[in-house]
Amino acid sequence: MITAELQAIYVMWLRQMKRFMRSKSRIIAAIVQPLFFLVILGGGFSTAELPGVDGNYIYYIAPGIIAMAILFSSMFTGISVLWDKQFGFMQEVLVAPISRFSIVIGRTLGGATTALIQGFMILFIAIALGTPIMGSMGILLTLVFMILIAFTAVGFGLILASRMNDFQGFQIIMNLIIFPLFFLSSAIFPIASNPNLPEIVVKISYINPLFYMVDGLRGSLTGANNLVDPMVNLGIVLIICVIMLSLGSFMFSKSEA
Amino acid sequence: MEIIKTHNLTKKFDKLTAVDNVSFSVKKGEIFGFLGPNGAGKTTTIKMLTTLLNPTGGSAEVAGFNIIKQRDMVRQNIGVVFQEPALDIELTGKENLEYHARMYGLSKNKRESRIKDVLQLVDLENKKKVFVKKYSGGMKRRLEIARGLMHYPKVLFLDEPTLGLDSQTRRAIWSYIKKMNMEEGTTIFLTTHYMEEADFLCDRVGIIDYGKILIMDSTLNLKNSVGNDVITLSSQDNEKLAEKLKKEPWIKNIKQYDSFLTLGVEKGEEKIPVIIEIGQSHNIRIKSISVRKPTLDDVFLHFTGRTIRDQENVNPLNNIPRGFRNRGR
Repeated sequence: MITAELQAIYVMWLRQMKRFMRSKSRIIAAIVQPLFFLVILGGGFSTAELPGVDGNYIYYIAPGIIAMAILFSSMFTGISVLWDKQFGFMQEVLVAPISRFSIVIGRTLGGATTALIQGFMILFIAIALGTPIMGSMGILLTLVFMILIAFTAVGFGLILASRMNDFQGFQIIMNLIIFPLFFLSSAIFPIASNPNLPEIVVKISYINPLFYMVDGLRGSLTGANNLVDPMVNLGIVLIICVIMLSLGSFMFSKSEA
Repeated sequence: MEIIKTHNLTKKFDKLTAVDNVSFSVKKGEIFGFLGPNGAGKTTTIKMLTTLLNPTGGSAEVAGFNIIKQRDMVRQNIGVVFQEPALDIELTGKENLEYHARMYGLSKNKRESRIKDVLQLVDLENKKKVFVKKYSGGMKRRLEIARGLMHYPKVLFLDEPTLGLDSQTRRAIWSYIKKMNMEEGTTIFLTTHYMEEADFLCDRVGIIDYGKILIMDSTLNLKNSVGNDVITLSSQDNEKLAEKLKKEPWIKNIKQYDSFLTLGVEKGEEKIPVIIEIGQSHNIRIKSISVRKPTLDDVFLHFTGRTIRDQENVNPLNNIPRGFRNRGR
């Protein structure tokens, strides 16, 4: 029984990996977009003076872009449940003698793996561009953050996919929730130390889950420009991750084909 | 032995009762068909029997397991081919089968040999390495049938197996279905709204309309119930003619529709002159008359008062948004 469930998890994972590896356009898009941010935006502002940014701007923005790459990619896999619903494949999965739990685990692992592959690519590029690293412990902690970000975003994607029936809602969610959250996460520019932003925006940024992810990643990778201790970030991000993932799996397991 | 047994199975969606107290059983090894127009409750019944939907009333057993309490055992013992294709088009045909086999816990050796077997059954061996998105509609359906058979199911559910396929492909699919029923002894439960499909494939047929089974019998008996031959005629005054004909003892049954009459008779070709004579003696001119062997279409007409095509034109569900309509099927 347990081997059957493990097989099922493996199948779900393998399917995502195969699909990812085969869609060259997706891989290219996944690398090129963050790369533009990193090289063009980062390069353009590299010598600009920004309040709250110490050193080269590329090094400031690198953790934010890594977070963004993982975030968007994992959310996409969560949402891709919708594709399976629309193309009917979901029925094939739901009628198989495996638990809904294994289906969610397999999907989550598959989505997180593809997202992490993209995250690592950006990480390597950032390091190649000269982003300073905080030693081996820093890299290790960076990995932990990257994994947590991936799982959280897959969970969020699953929640959306269980609530929505088509892709129109997805675009709205992206524009109305994800982009504002992303801009308010200090991924691209520091919020708390910026004198031009109203106080309320600064306050909101502190209840933004993305802020703790980006700040944690920044603290562990470069060890500069972070506002909160990485370990505190880790605790907060871990809690958010558990909540999102359990809520996502619960809602997915309730949804009907 | 009964392999599917339902007892007052019911499914309600808000106000719509899609399946209404349906009780029937399917014997091991037979091909059983649900025949009815779109929206009759066929797909909803299949979804309940395959554990995808929970019934709101009644119960059912598939392969000896309760569809509510023993879901996993039911799932282990059934194969399903859904109305809409349920393949991963980004994978090859063989990969789709491999994934299915793994999910059903087939060992590696068994997997390989079984994939070979089922691909052979549906003649897709030389296409197994092709991506499913390059398959034609008929090939996809064949692959799905092969996949449904992968794990040696006791019952295979086919929901409208030839919907949207051209007639040549349809015949090919029919022969695959017959073949797997013969070679593997798989019990087959199918739904269709094509008369000729039910006629060709099924040992027994249940006619379902508005969520209720109207009649259930072997295709032969159903056709005999209409008469050995069916005479269809139209005349200047159908009502009067029907009245006169009703007195004749050799007419098994007579039904009057908007513009024509149907009569169930023995030796139909000998009765045509007799009917024309009767018409003339009452001054009713007969406009057209024909005799043929009964089809399930006649049976459907006989029990529902409509042909399936009529029904589709006035199907009340056509006005309901697509998402709901699918559920109602």
